[in-house]
Amino acid sequence: MFDWDAVWKFIVSPFFLQAAWTTLWLSVVAQLAGVVLGLFLALMRMSRFKWLSFPVQVYVWFFRGSPLLVQVLLLWDGLPKLVPGLLFSQITCILIAFSLNEAAYMSEIIRAGISSVDPGQMEAARALGMRYWLAMRRIILPQAARVIIPPLGNEFNNMLKTTSIASVIGLEELTGTAEILGAPTFSIFELLIVATVYYLLLTTLWDYFQRWIERRLDPEYAAKGGRPGRRPGQKSWTQRVLGFGNPPLESGELIAGGHGGAR
Amino acid sequence: MTQQQSYNGYQEQEPPLPSAVPQVTESAEMVRVEQAVKRFGDLLVLNNVSMTVKRGQVVVIIGPSGSGKTTLLRCINHLEKIDSGRIYVDGQLVGYRLVNGRLVEAREAEIAKMRAQIGFVFQRFNLFAHMTALENIIEAPVHVLGIPRDEAIAQAMELLRKVGLEEKAHVYPHKLSGGQQQRVAIARALAMRPKLMLFDEATSALDPELVGEVLKVMRQLAEEGMTMVVVTHEMGFARDVADHVIFMDHGVIVEEGPPEQIFDNPQNERTRNFLGLIAAD
Repeated sequence: MFDWDAVWKFIVSPFFLQAAWTTLWLSVVAQLAGVVLGLFLALMRMSRFKWLSFPVQVYVWFFRGSPLLVQVLLLWDGLPKLVPGLLFSQITCILIAFSLNEAAYMSEIIRAGISSVDPGQMEAARALGMRYWLAMRRIILPQAARVIIPPLGNEFNNMLKTTSIASVIGLEELTGTAEILGAPTFSIFELLIVATVYYLLLTTLWDYFQRWIERRLDPEYAAKGGRPGRRPGQKSWTQRVLGFGNPPLESGELIAGGHGGAR
Repeated sequence: MTQQQSYNGYQEQEPPLPSAVPQVTESAEMVRVEQAVKRFGDLLVLNNVSMTVKRGQVVVIIGPSGSGKTTLLRCINHLEKIDSGRIYVDGQLVGYRLVNGRLVEAREAEIAKMRAQIGFVFQRFNLFAHMTALENIIEAPVHVLGIPRDEAIAQAMELLRKVGLEEKAHVYPHKLSGGQQQRVAIARALAMRPKLMLFDEATSALDPELVGEVLKVMRQLAEEGMTMVVVTHEMGFARDVADHVIFMDHGVIVEEGPPEQIFDNPQNERTRNFLGLIAAD
């Protein structure tokens, strides 16, 4: 018999709120690490030096070519055997495995994003005396971001669900909590339903958030007046972070600033 | 008038950043190319090319497609590396430095510093697509030279006025015509207060009716005494504006001289053929 009472009892319980929080922060940290590491991998992969690009190819080949579950178990069970005494906590182990795995995928996504930017943009930046990192940060990455953000959103959606793998080494995120709490009363099925509701809640919220970011990446978002309530031309948070969409200045401000007084 | 005052006023309060201070070597030669050789694989693009550009001079390079003129121009600010030979800009070796008598590739910072003093205008404009015209112009002054943002904006507005696009300051490149984009690109290069401007077929990607507005800006620059190296197919411009014309073909300088000589009395048969073909167009 399906036990509805178990569902109602646990759906807003501290256990699952705590578990949802674990799932969320694991996902966020692993995704952020994956993006940062993936950026460096992508830039190395795009280097004209073989000794920089080849190791990345091997890295990506390994992490995309083997199951994440196996990578987690290798780190959890295998590493202590290989290096006696080296035993990570469950959380550390999961974060390392997830970050490394995600970096492989992100590096390919970021590489595609950077490749989508016209090479003339980099040339123009260099011709103006900009150095590689400055040109990357100010010119290339903001333009690549528009190509990178949609698949990055999918990656994070995936990440929220993939954290369930952490349950196999006993971590109490959503899936693990359902299993552990459900086992004594034979109500695992009911509690997995509860976990599913939480997963759906998280992915739905993320979906809205992602659409919000993508709208903001439109370079003319600010020029069009942006969100209701925002001063026309005021930069959105996303635009500030990514370094574009500077607010247009009224010509009056220029005169007030003491320049161009002839007008 | 205002522009002049503002510009000079700005010069006086120039921040003492090393990278912002133009070289004051004052050599009479702005550009000196010595026996430059450049290969793309098996193709010899520059075959022992030597040339000089004096300070304040406008040198126009003409020649058929694939003659190496664009490559030569790109080598001058090290967008392409020469395989052998030497290039000097304002007395300084481009892209390399001498270490114990041997040429060593310069550090990125040195190359960047040199490029910051050389304006380059691309055939395809290459305006930063995610920035407005104004943002395009202030980007390098603010982030490379470290000029305060409001000063950079004031200077950019003067430059936009100069190229006749003041009202387009807050417009993104894709909303501008080709001619307008190129004029913004010229303003962007000028915002670095370069001592040398390089133009790589600046009007070749433009609709015919838009060529004039860009040439007008280039003409004005030449009249103001800017040192310029111009790769172009615009023979009228070359004849009117150039102090010196270089005709290139198959990676070599075939003939060079004052425009009257090149256009009215070309000595070399290949020059005559090329100009004949152009005239027949």
